[in-house]
Amino acid sequence: MKEALTLVHRFGAHPDSRCWFVAWSPNGTLLASCGGDKAVRIWGREGDSWVCKSVLQDGHQRTVRKVAWSPCGNYLASASFDATTCIWKKKNDDFESLTVLEGHENEVKCVAWAPSGNLLATCSRDKSVWVWEVDEEDEYECVTVVNSHTQDVKHVAWHPNQELLASASYDNNICIYKEEDDDWECRATLQGHTSTVWSLCFDATGQRMASCSDDRTVKIWKEFPSDLSWKCVCTLSGYHGRTVYDVAWCRLTGALATACGDDGVRIFKEDVPAGSDEPVFSLVAQETKAHSQDVNCVSWNPKEAGLLASCSDNGEIAIWRFKDD
Amino acid sequence: MSGGAQLENANPVIFQRSVERLLTASEEDEDVHDPIDDREIFDLIRSINDPEHPLSLEELNVVEEIRVKVNDAESTVSIEFTPTIPHCSMATLIGLSIKVKLLRSLPDRFKIDVRITPGTHASEDAVNKQLADKERVAAALENSSLLEVVNQCLSTRNS
Repeated sequence: MKEALTLVHRFGAHPDSRCWFVAWSPNGTLLASCGGDKAVRIWGREGDSWVCKSVLQDGHQRTVRKVAWSPCGNYLASASFDATTCIWKKKNDDFESLTVLEGHENEVKCVAWAPSGNLLATCSRDKSVWVWEVDEEDEYECVTVVNSHTQDVKHVAWHPNQELLASASYDNNICIYKEEDDDWECRATLQGHTSTVWSLCFDATGQRMASCSDDRTVKIWKEFPSDLSWKCVCTLSGYHGRTVYDVAWCRLTGALATACGDDGVRIFKEDVPAGSDEPVFSLVAQETKAHSQDVNCVSWNPKEAGLLASCSDNGEIAIWRFKDD
Repeated sequence: MSGGAQLENANPVIFQRSVERLLTASEEDEDVHDPIDDREIFDLIRSINDPEHPLSLEELNVVEEIRVKVNDAESTVSIEFTPTIPHCSMATLIGLSIKVKLLRSLPDRFKIDVRITPGTHASEDAVNKQLADKERVAAALENSSLLEVVNQCLSTRNS
């Protein structure tokens, strides 16, 4: 393969526990991670290594599953198995707990901030997706609870430029939500995966979405404006040895990264010109033993092209550089 | 543990336990790396207690050595377990106990798959899916009452 994936730095992030998720801040300078030790950690770059800037320890009573940065970079949301979502506010180099969002009946699996900065979505094993509104006084209010899935909802993600939300579930489906009369409702259910859908993400323009699943495939979905539907236009199968836990679409380069239970990190790129109704994606780089255990998450740095973070069940975070010829 | 309620399977068939393993000279040699084999994994899970009866999973034939498949080189372990009756409501708990025992005993590099022996349970797909979902397993084990029940299944008895 011409393109190469090289390791920049590897470090232990969450002692004696899993690192479940990593997320770059919007300006690309900080990396937030969270894990089985109930903590959120903030990492900052020093040369070619990353150092821990802050540990947010007392926000949750159980595993922290995901973290999300607000579009302005001043707030962080953390979703936990303790059924709450904590909102943290940046104060100088540290974060303080601003408020705790309660309401889900059991483990919160994901939290995501809308590009507008005014809305937040959370999802849970209680099968629901909640949409929250934030006002200028930092007050959070739940505006809708949607129950479109029949099982545990694993992930939610916002469209980059439309007010549209997508969710992925243990029921093998993806739901697309839009706002109608101040209420959010499910507009489409995308079937196709044959097992739990663990994650999904939109490309830079939002015209396409990638999803990954326990069925060991990655699917690419495209919106067809003519009938407002989403259809699967490509399935990547045969590349992943076990469950694919995460997929990330780089908004700068169009490269697609995956995190797999076979310990590997893989990068795919589209062959034919973008916009085709039958895109072909090729595997352009892989690190089959990216970590010594399952890879749970991959995240592209939003400002530095080719910089990728991954994290694993072994508690480590690895930073990679993907060079695209 | 069942709290005095009527047992689901009041008269289970009891199977004979297999004899202790005979060690070879190579296995006794400290300098030779022993690949983990099926028998070693079976020895880890055979004495797990059934949640309902004062018997082990081996004695109830819920686990059998022939349904243990290990590949040390590839770091994979696959277990098929057979609930004593097709509507056994303890199936998920038993599967979880097997999984936890192996997670605690084996090196981190191992991928552990625990499934119901095909055709032996009414909800095998649903149970298998839960056992295969590591996020669900992790969250379940943070539940102290469930963890207590699992630990009771895993506790060693004088036998």
